[in-house]
Amino acid sequence: MKPLVIAGRTFTSRLFVGTGKFGSAEVMAEAIRASGTEVVTVALRRVDLAAPERPDPLLSLLDRDRVVIVPNTSGARTAEEAIRIARLSRAAGGFDWIKLELTPDPNYLLPDPIETLKAAETLVKEGFIVLPYINADPVLAMRLQEVGTAAVMPLGAPIGTNRGVRNGDMIKIIVEQARVPVVVDAGLGMPSHVANAIELGADAVLVNTAIAGAGDPVLMAKAFALGTEAAEMARTADPGGESQLAQASSPLTGFLGTD
Amino acid sequence: MNAPESDWIEVRLNGKDQRVPPNQNVAGLLAELGLDPTGVVVEVDGNILQADQYQVTILTATAQIEIVHFVGGG
Repeated sequence: MKPLVIAGRTFTSRLFVGTGKFGSAEVMAEAIRASGTEVVTVALRRVDLAAPERPDPLLSLLDRDRVVIVPNTSGARTAEEAIRIARLSRAAGGFDWIKLELTPDPNYLLPDPIETLKAAETLVKEGFIVLPYINADPVLAMRLQEVGTAAVMPLGAPIGTNRGVRNGDMIKIIVEQARVPVVVDAGLGMPSHVANAIELGADAVLVNTAIAGAGDPVLMAKAFALGTEAAEMARTADPGGESQLAQASSPLTGFLGTD
Repeated sequence: MNAPESDWIEVRLNGKDQRVPPNQNVAGLLAELGLDPTGVVVEVDGNILQADQYQVTILTATAQIEIVHFVGGG
């Protein structure tokens, strides 16, 4: 199977995993390991100074030799806010990879295309490896690619909805036109959904809620790894095409009772 | 060494008012808050500080301070 290359870095796993919403840091770390992922996302937030305890820094739980840590700009509503978060993330850990996520709408958390493009332009100029979270808009995907983003990350369905790829036709057009990797992000709720995304031509997938929200997140992380790998393996195996009419699997000669 | 409370200044820390001793530097503030300086990033009045600036950055009245760190996120 072909490795995935983003911004010159090679990945074996095509499953990216978010670190939000896990019941505990230990379960999160175990699920990350079980998923085999090499790309994980994190968020930047104010330290809760009123909290009675200071939790272990999240980054200490992640093996930075194994995974690329990609801070997101969640919480940003404007390009300016997203750029500020990206710069803080770089200062915090030298992170150059950034998941550009600009979601001013609280109900559907849909990304703002105009602010996203503006922020992408600035961040690319500042040397960031920009992975923009977008609606499945092929024109926007092209515009982002033109300003130099390292990938495009169209949603399959709104964040956290577990509804699967609801926009397959648009994802296919993005895949057809993109010269950068296409990562289907958001809304993937079952291993069949990630397989579906890869069958549509996506280079990788990003999953968080479906793993973190499962009764057994570690087992679910493995299931998603297998779903992703199965689809990629099938793609490599060069699937036979579809046909309208039945194509017999058994020989059509030598039937019993014929003359 | 300890300045009287009346000399303390008011800063804005993570969106809340906070009184700090005069001539408090950022390193001292982090120590006071029990925060590991390697696990956080500090922004003062919109400027991101590098770790080597924590000692030399003295907080002034009305300073807007943000202390952030990484948490789980998708």
